[in-house]
Amino acid sequence: MEARADHLAFYIHIPYCVKRCGYCDFNTYTPAELQIQSSLEVISNDYIDLLIKEITKSAEVSESKFVPSIFFGGGTPTLMQPSDLGRVISAIRSHYTLTDDCEITIEANPDTVSPAMLSQLLEVGFNRISFGMQSALPHVLAVLDRTHNPENVEKAVLAARSAGFKEVSVDLIYGTPGESMEDWEQTLDTALALPVTHISAYALIVEDGTKLAARVKRGEILMPDDDETADKYILADNKFRSAGLDWYELSNWSKPGSECKHNLFYWYGENWWGAGPGAHSHINGRRWWNVKHPGTYKEKILSTGDPTQDSEILSPIEREEERLLLNIRLPRGIQRASLNAEQLAKLLPFVESGHLSKELWEAGQVSLTQNGRLLADKIVRDALTESLL
Amino acid sequence: MPAIELSKAPQPSFTDPAQIRNFCIIAHIDHGKSTLADRMLQITEVVDSRNMRAQYLDRMDIERERGITIKSQAVRLPWRSAYDNQEYILNMIDTPGHVDFTYEVSRSLAACEGAVLLVDCAQGIEAQTLANLYLAMENNLTIIPVLNKIDLPAAQPEKFAEELAKLIGCQPEDCLRVSGKTGMGVEVLLNEIVKQIPHPVGDPAAPARALIFDSVYDSYRGVVTYVRVVDGHLSTRDQIQMMSTGVRHEMLEVGVISPEPVPSKGLGVGEVGYLITGVKDVRQSRVGDTVTNYHRPATQQLSGYKDPRPMVYSGLFPLEGSDYPLLREALDKLQLNDAALVYEPESSAALGFGFRCGFLGLLHMEIVRERLEREAGLSLISTAPSVVYSVTDGDGKELVVTNPSEFPEGKIMEVKEPIVRATILAPSEFIGTIMELCQQRRGTLLGMDYLSEDRVEIRYTLPLAEIVFDFFDQLKSRTRGYASLDYEPIGEEAGDLVKVDILLQSEKVDAFSAIVHRDKAYAYGMSMTVKLRELIPRQQFEVPIQAAIGGKIIARETIRAIRKDVLAKCYGGDISRKRKLLEKQKEGKKRMKMVGRVEVPQEAFIAALSTGEESSDEKDKKK
Repeated sequence: MEARADHLAFYIHIPYCVKRCGYCDFNTYTPAELQIQSSLEVISNDYIDLLIKEITKSAEVSESKFVPSIFFGGGTPTLMQPSDLGRVISAIRSHYTLTDDCEITIEANPDTVSPAMLSQLLEVGFNRISFGMQSALPHVLAVLDRTHNPENVEKAVLAARSAGFKEVSVDLIYGTPGESMEDWEQTLDTALALPVTHISAYALIVEDGTKLAARVKRGEILMPDDDETADKYILADNKFRSAGLDWYELSNWSKPGSECKHNLFYWYGENWWGAGPGAHSHINGRRWWNVKHPGTYKEKILSTGDPTQDSEILSPIEREEERLLLNIRLPRGIQRASLNAEQLAKLLPFVESGHLSKELWEAGQVSLTQNGRLLADKIVRDALTESLL
Repeated sequence: MPAIELSKAPQPSFTDPAQIRNFCIIAHIDHGKSTLADRMLQITEVVDSRNMRAQYLDRMDIERERGITIKSQAVRLPWRSAYDNQEYILNMIDTPGHVDFTYEVSRSLAACEGAVLLVDCAQGIEAQTLANLYLAMENNLTIIPVLNKIDLPAAQPEKFAEELAKLIGCQPEDCLRVSGKTGMGVEVLLNEIVKQIPHPVGDPAAPARALIFDSVYDSYRGVVTYVRVVDGHLSTRDQIQMMSTGVRHEMLEVGVISPEPVPSKGLGVGEVGYLITGVKDVRQSRVGDTVTNYHRPATQQLSGYKDPRPMVYSGLFPLEGSDYPLLREALDKLQLNDAALVYEPESSAALGFGFRCGFLGLLHMEIVRERLEREAGLSLISTAPSVVYSVTDGDGKELVVTNPSEFPEGKIMEVKEPIVRATILAPSEFIGTIMELCQQRRGTLLGMDYLSEDRVEIRYTLPLAEIVFDFFDQLKSRTRGYASLDYEPIGEEAGDLVKVDILLQSEKVDAFSAIVHRDKAYAYGMSMTVKLRELIPRQQFEVPIQAAIGGKIIARETIRAIRKDVLAKCYGGDISRKRKLLEKQKEGKKRMKMVGRVEVPQEAFIAALSTGEESSDEKDKKK
């Protein structure tokens, strides 16, 4: 699949949360942080109006006709009224043609969905839902500062299924301080007992500036050993595979045919438009990103109509680097023929050490083995670094 | 007022030797030599109070900061003696105060008839002072014992007067008491110098002979050579000759330091002053050499000339490989002023291009390194200091080894290492701990004497290699700073010495090889392998780190293979962030050196090399 110029995927950012989680560095705000007094209904309505303005503008700029995917992420998209979210989908539909298999995903907090809301979401056009489960264990969720009750995850997933969602995903986090191997195994088993078609599992990244980073820095909590985190990845991958979920990206597994298309667009280097504060966009080698703060975003949309903070045009070298660092994360990997002799020479040791599949290497592909996936960044880095002294 | 106005004082070139007194001050670092010299400059009025500054004679920043004299100085001080109301010229010859510069000290002493033995009366005599005192006594110098800092509350003049009297063989009452700080007793001292120290004796009619006791490079004037005239006369526009090399020079200027250079018509018997010949390199005007008149040369050189011989070698490498030419330039420049510094290009697989440098000792090494970094703005890595070994290989061929990498492979018949005779002075409560340290360092006790009731002099022979490796720091920290050390080379001895190599994945890392005693090889191997295991990042394969003597592995550590190096998330906004991180990491990778297949960050080399020299004091501070 190569970038299709007439296709444009949409990412819709909802920058609101009831409470900020301790590990989260996403561009999201609580009503208190924004000092907003209005009710959620009013916030939702006002904010969606702004998004629709940006979408309208996209149609003036973009040459694409078809939209193969819309992904609502956050923040907490389910804080918005389903009808307001539906207005966004309608706005896109009014400027573009949604493809027949258009994937429309919403990220959801298991605590904030009800059967009625799930039905409404289906009605306005959503066909895929992804729940932030993170862990089945309250003590792990507590370190992450997550507010949801782990039992609500099962309820939410079952409700989504019975409401009619065919594609249901859960997000998991491993490597949280205090999480034992047994804890993680329990989380995996709990997730796999649910009727889901897709699972994302991420090693916890302690991002600078988060509450969690501050606690680690103060020595209140100890980050787990990287080797143990690696073991957790291997455990997850083995269990997922046995349950019929295959990896289609380093941190994503699905039943055949249930891959998240939206994610694949990112990794294939397709075009996408990110609407909302702080959202990034990419069209044909040009990247730009919007101003981060919802207040500034509003101001910009209302005054000039252009919320862009900055942009960059990728050089051929940078595009090549991106191609490698994204494609290596996929099972098919990188075509050997697309690499030069020096890069191949740098990669060969990883074939010998079992980090790249020997079989696929001989078949012309640079493709990570299970152990290799855990070293993906190092492998790309080594391949791309000019000869050492 | 006993000071004499300069213009009315006896003039250089025409001063009667009977009116001259040449003396030096022997003192330990911190015992107040520079402060006493300052007071002498003031009291004799060669420097007025307006121009006075502390440590007037110390020229280099390093000298001022460290309170040590690296280069000697000679100042002409006119003085009217209170005993006979006659006019005299006192030449004060400042001497370097460190064991590394013993040879320079000996030449300064040879230029004098007397020495002021200056001792801090709160601390007593120190080992280097004692060594220099013995040197002065061997040169038949008249010794004037002086207790300094009598203004200090902690002063114990009675106790240390006893000590000095015992050492010199005088009465405790003969020790003068002064305070360089307040000036108390300094006039008396000047008068005693006139009274006790004999005037120089020489043949004014004989062909000129002058001893070079220092040689300094000045960027404006070229080399300034300090001399003491023994016989005859040196005049401007003479053609002079260096007797050891036979090289002829034009004499452009002669003068005296008072305390700024003042040109004169010449220098006569017994006089001390400077010469400028236009040479640009101190190696052409070496300390200890004899200057004579080219057209009327002396037949016999003054005795005692020696070529400076490096005792300690170390590799200096620029942190930035591109700074190599700058390092060469800086060394060239430094050598103009430092005849003892030798260097030659060296290349290391691990550290790139640099220079193998030879030094007189550890302080000399530190000073050179500090000057290179400070004056040329260079960042340097230095390898562990090594001494000079004589190695006889299996074929009976003898090799001089100053770098572990030159150590021959295969069968070795014998390895000889330099041995020193070390003198340690310390309060007697530390005898046990000092002996323990010396035993650990393969020392042999020669003897021990009480200087006073509670102070001892302990004498050991020790391999120099044991001293260059943090011995002094250990000694200081184990004696709470009270012990002082002096040593002099006394020859070579065969030892059971081996070369320990450090291997990364079976590849030798040249920068970490060391020649050590067999009994210590294991400890060295252990410490290096453990250190490197901590410093080298994990690779995608397991990396064994081994220490080996020849083919025999004596220690092993393993860097486990890295399991995880990936960021789990990579969505829309993460992509450019990830690419930028990659760019940054690529830059970091460029600072890696490859040892075989193993990537080693340069920082690991620096850390592994520097912690080896780290004193336990510093380690304690870090805890």
